[in-house]
Amino acid sequence: MISFIGRSIVQKSITLFFVSVVSFLIIHLAPGEPSQVDPMNPKFTPEMVERFQKEFHLDEPLYVQYLYFYRDLFTGKIVSWKDNQSVLSKIWERFLNSLPLFIVGTLLTWTLSFPVGIRSAIHRGGIYDRSATFFSYFLISIPGFFFAYILIILVVRVLHVPVIGMETFGMGDAPWPNLFMDRIWHLLIPSVLGATGGIAVLSRYVRSQMLEVEGQDYVRTARAKGLPPDQVHYKHALRNALLPFVTMFGLILPGLIGGSVIIESIFSWPGMGRMAYEAILARDYPIILTVNFLSAVLVLVGTFISDMLYLAVDPRIRL
Amino acid sequence: MMEKPLNENTEILDAPQAPKVSRFVQGFRLFNQNRMAIVGLVIFVIFFMTAVAGVVLTSGQDPVFNPALVRLQEKLLPPFSRPNLETLKAHEAPTLGIYVLGTDDLGRDVLARMLQGAWVSLTVGFVAVGIAVVVGIFMGGLAGYYGQGGVRYDQILAVLLLLSGIISFFIGWVRLGGGLFLVGILCFMLSLAAGYANKSHLVPTWLRKIAFSFDTLIMRMVDIMLCFPSFFLILTVVALLPASIYNIMIVIGLTSWMGTTRFVRAEFLSLREQDFVSAAKALGVSNFRIIFRHMMPNAIAPVLVSSTIGIATAILTEAGLSFLGFGVPPPYATWGNILSDGKRFIFDAPWLTFVPGVAILIVVLCFNLFGEGLKDALNPKLRQE
Repeated sequence: MISFIGRSIVQKSITLFFVSVVSFLIIHLAPGEPSQVDPMNPKFTPEMVERFQKEFHLDEPLYVQYLYFYRDLFTGKIVSWKDNQSVLSKIWERFLNSLPLFIVGTLLTWTLSFPVGIRSAIHRGGIYDRSATFFSYFLISIPGFFFAYILIILVVRVLHVPVIGMETFGMGDAPWPNLFMDRIWHLLIPSVLGATGGIAVLSRYVRSQMLEVEGQDYVRTARAKGLPPDQVHYKHALRNALLPFVTMFGLILPGLIGGSVIIESIFSWPGMGRMAYEAILARDYPIILTVNFLSAVLVLVGTFISDMLYLAVDPRIRL
Repeated sequence: MMEKPLNENTEILDAPQAPKVSRFVQGFRLFNQNRMAIVGLVIFVIFFMTAVAGVVLTSGQDPVFNPALVRLQEKLLPPFSRPNLETLKAHEAPTLGIYVLGTDDLGRDVLARMLQGAWVSLTVGFVAVGIAVVVGIFMGGLAGYYGQGGVRYDQILAVLLLLSGIISFFIGWVRLGGGLFLVGILCFMLSLAAGYANKSHLVPTWLRKIAFSFDTLIMRMVDIMLCFPSFFLILTVVALLPASIYNIMIVIGLTSWMGTTRFVRAEFLSLREQDFVSAAKALGVSNFRIIFRHMMPNAIAPVLVSSTIGIATAILTEAGLSFLGFGVPPPYATWGNILSDGKRFIFDAPWLTFVPGVAILIVVLCFNLFGEGLKDALNPKLRQE
């Protein structure tokens, strides 16, 4: 057990190191320069370009830049090239904006997909199963931005509530129930959009897990004993079908930092995804690299947690 | 002619025989039962022909459907509306007499633009997945078949020297780079000589030890690639590179080979231990032939399924990138940028959103359904006895 933990920590640190090297190389070897040091940019004089290069070590060789960058990242001193503000505090601020979207989206995904998937599996081949299957393919296939516009048209035309942004502008002195409802309306559509793909994929997965368990001998035995169907489905089959999903709790971690670029830019939601998108457009390398690094950390931590959870819940797995 | 005497012999009848129905026919039967998959296949064929017709009809000096023709007096006309022929010159009139799918904010015919965009979606899907599958099969095959073989320290040394030589050559240290490169080549030759010509005394023993296996190397590369948030990585690279459709194809392909690698590796690991592979080896069949002629046909099923679904994902990714304004430069139409241009007129001209949106939805849906049908058809558990 201890050796497994130790080994996976060492392995994951090595992976993380290579991720940091690769992302650094991708960003710096791509053609083009950040606008502040682009000699073609008429806004900057050669002296300013030189000062900027010195300030951000752009005149050093690549490996020195790499060392400087990660030293700054780990000491928390890293600043954005665009406005000289601390990258970590910027990310934290945007993270807090994205968090409600993530929480509501995850709750929707996990509460809706289980009932749908289980019901599909129990009534396999029936009309409910087939329509749920088709509907989930529909949701997987629909482009997020197109779906977003359909929902915007629906909500704005039918319900007459504004949905763009985090809150309606100029509601400062409205009574708090109105403010609250306003926030809920603004939150709802982006999170539903964020959850659609997840609901479709997860409910399919629940269905196939459930079908696999239902086909096993002990379930047939339980049925042959004459147990009521509900007890067989929910007590015997479901409990074992749930096993792989416990581990998926670890895998939702990376979603914390990703945010959705497309959904956040459609809804003008000042979250992580939009910040990353703006940073890419402005070639703000510190922000791009930090977001990338943090999300790689979350992926690795997520897989580690899911391994641990698997060990904890499945007594058949021994190291 | 040979079968008749065999059939008369009852003893041989009891011996195991090849199944009467071939695997392909059985798979086809299963596929045929899946109505949604058939619909998917039909839509895919229609889409394919539309895309090919589209690229023929919209390209050239004087195309049948001109997607770039601006008619400002005809802007934002709804679908099936008639052109006002008095204000148009003869060559500006729409080919079919009416604007079947309406016009956009510059008066361009949406049908012509959709036809042009279909080809982009098709090629992005196929080329990107093609790249991913080729890389995936290569890496997975290497890991699965040669997995036990290791990488020796002298090889690592040679590769490191070569790489650092190339890198320092490119960042301007020409002399150091050249030197490192030469030393690297020398190391490479030495290790080759030590490996194949039985001159192992050329390389010290501690350098000839195995550092790690190919399998570990490739699987760690897969792990590293899986750490990147994929859409964000694609977005970064596409934004930094010059705008071109080929960059998008290559980038999507190079960021989505990991699944195929894992499938192929897992299949190869189990196939390698089977008797027919040992038999082929004993017959002296070359490794190349064993991999591609004997093992690959048995390992291809999951790859086929995942690449069909991969095409759907690639089309969606390209549409998302076009929507954000990256990718194909403006005068050229893609479904994503038709939708992106139309979003400003969403309440006045909803067809600019709905036509490309529904088209993407249908094509992606057909690939997903087709892939799912294929999965069932190729699944040995679902075959009848």
